[in-house]
Amino acid sequence: MSKAKGEPFIRISSRSALPWYMAWLIRGLSVLAALIVGSVVTVLVTGENPLSLYVTMFEGSFSTARRTWLLVQNIAILLGVSLAVTPAFKMRFWNVGGEGQMLAGCLASAACMICLAGRLPNWLIIALMFLTSMLAGGIWGFVPAYFKAKWGTNETLFTLMMNYIATQLVAFFIIIWEVPKGAGQIGIINAQTEIGWLPVVGPSKYFLNILIVAVICVFMYFYLNYTKHGYEISVVGESERTARYVGIKVDRIVMRTMLLSGALCGLTGMLLVGGTDHTLTTSITASRGFTAVMVSWLAKFNPVWMILTSFLIVFLQRGANEVATTFGLNQSFSDILTGIILFFIIGSEFFIRYTVNVHIGRSRKEAAGRV
Amino acid sequence: MFDFVSFIPRAVMQGMPLLYGSTGETLTEKSGNLNLGIPGTMYVGAISGVIGAFFYENAVPADVALNPAIAIAVTLLSSLLGSLLMGLIYSFLTVSLRANQNVTGLALTTFGVGLGDFFGGSLIKLTGSDMAYMSLNRTSNIFRTTLPFASSTGWFGKIFLSYGFLAYLGVVVALVAAYVLRHTRVGLHLRAVGENPNTADAAGINVNRYKYVATCVGSMIAGLGGLYYVMDYANGIWSNGAFGDRGWLSIALVIFTIWRPNIGVFASILFGGLYILHMYIPTGMNLAIKEIYKMAPYVVTIIVLVVTSMRSKRENQPPAHLGLSYFREER
Repeated sequence: MSKAKGEPFIRISSRSALPWYMAWLIRGLSVLAALIVGSVVTVLVTGENPLSLYVTMFEGSFSTARRTWLLVQNIAILLGVSLAVTPAFKMRFWNVGGEGQMLAGCLASAACMICLAGRLPNWLIIALMFLTSMLAGGIWGFVPAYFKAKWGTNETLFTLMMNYIATQLVAFFIIIWEVPKGAGQIGIINAQTEIGWLPVVGPSKYFLNILIVAVICVFMYFYLNYTKHGYEISVVGESERTARYVGIKVDRIVMRTMLLSGALCGLTGMLLVGGTDHTLTTSITASRGFTAVMVSWLAKFNPVWMILTSFLIVFLQRGANEVATTFGLNQSFSDILTGIILFFIIGSEFFIRYTVNVHIGRSRKEAAGRV
Repeated sequence: MFDFVSFIPRAVMQGMPLLYGSTGETLTEKSGNLNLGIPGTMYVGAISGVIGAFFYENAVPADVALNPAIAIAVTLLSSLLGSLLMGLIYSFLTVSLRANQNVTGLALTTFGVGLGDFFGGSLIKLTGSDMAYMSLNRTSNIFRTTLPFASSTGWFGKIFLSYGFLAYLGVVVALVAAYVLRHTRVGLHLRAVGENPNTADAAGINVNRYKYVATCVGSMIAGLGGLYYVMDYANGIWSNGAFGDRGWLSIALVIFTIWRPNIGVFASILFGGLYILHMYIPTGMNLAIKEIYKMAPYVVTIIVLVVTSMRSKRENQPPAHLGLSYFREER
């Protein structure tokens, strides 16, 4: 029994399904642990009282009505992208190109706003913005999916590269459309005429965006859980071989799902350009395409939980930003805190899926006997 | 006439961070770990080196010359330590805790870029130093010391001899990595782990140890790319966001070289050239077209990715188990 020496002290085995409240208890505890570690780091760096830090974080999101609207708007946009990438993830298609698909949508809607202003009635321009942004995002998502379906090209790397092509394309058009010439930026599009701006509905200019994303959220919930498409997606995600065996055309599902995924990313990009920002920059998406990967995964691809996870991420980012401003720190401090919290949540998944048994003091003989 | 004598050295200097990054990522990917945290790791490698150099420079009075050996040792070691920690975080989460690699990698990049920009932006303030801005040109000058006869040998010296020692080290590291991967038992085991960890495990290879070591060593190599950028290319001046998307470009380079670091030596210089090509092509007043040229590295990468998948030669494919966690119980 030469192997007995290598008998591990820690045994890991898969758990049978944990009740959902236990799973969320573990996740909650991990966030708590992350907040403690985050505050230790912050105190080490700044020497401030950790409690006042978290008060400041809370104030960053909720102290005024405007801040709360901004918080909800940011949640809505992040949720929009996260919902968009979810169907692809559910079939294990790692679309890290949400950024590029979003930018394609931004570009398409900005193009409509700039090139069609004054030539078509406003309602038609807005309708075209919806259409073209979804089309542009859809194409951006479809291209990697096509190659994946036909030749098995690695989709993670392909979609990643598509992001930068989109960025450069946007940079190209920014110079074409820059106002004034040589400024290197577009500024607010149609600032006087407000052509192509989404109408203000309800109490805030953010309200329409929030409403649209809420609709997408409900749609995605039903699409994934109660439609044939949703079923096909989960079969492909569970096992491609099973899907083939039962007669699902995997190629078609991959392409169709990525078309949808990209189109919704593009639509979210349009909400950003047409709804609130009314401009186009290469950084307009603020890495949301990447953050969405984490949001979607943390929610286990469940559209309803995604509201919670996107809230968590946005709240942390805004809170950490507020901390940074209040205590005179660099803005990037929020990324550090977000990173720490993500590590903890990512790590906590392990304890949901597996149990760990520690064997202390087990004799060699006994350990060998078990093998 | 296209000015090769000035173009090539600049392409090489652009290419070196990419070479380090892609060599590190290739090793990591060969173990089956798709580390999307490489961009963050390169940031951390750079900022840790900067922090080390910063403290050493502050400890030595301004009118006393730095001891080159200590300056290099302090900077290198702190850089390696920083990126090692990043590698450990990634391996612990993905190998020991079997977390999703894409999510972990992206979180690592968020964390690393944040760490770099935070300390780069506030190191001076935090330590109450009297430096005006983050400029470590005393250390940087040591890093940029070239061979003594570089300037006296005309165009030959300019193209081949005009770089700091980290550039040559990058080439050596890439060649060694290529040799280890292809011609040694360790490399064979590593490739086996990346291709099929079940088989490797059955053959008695310690899968987790290989994944850990490959990822950590890969991260340390990639971190040196960040260090090269800030100490050599950027003359020791840290400015937030200047490193840009070089980390992602390194990941692109891994594909472009079809997982071979020795091809990376030339490919990185090619990529570096593509990266700065827009400065050398006369475009007149049409600035917009430059942005299209900047697309070149990414477009080329996609073409390579597609062509290799179409030709489906087995030795050109990504490691079969790339991006998947391994758990013995779940075969």
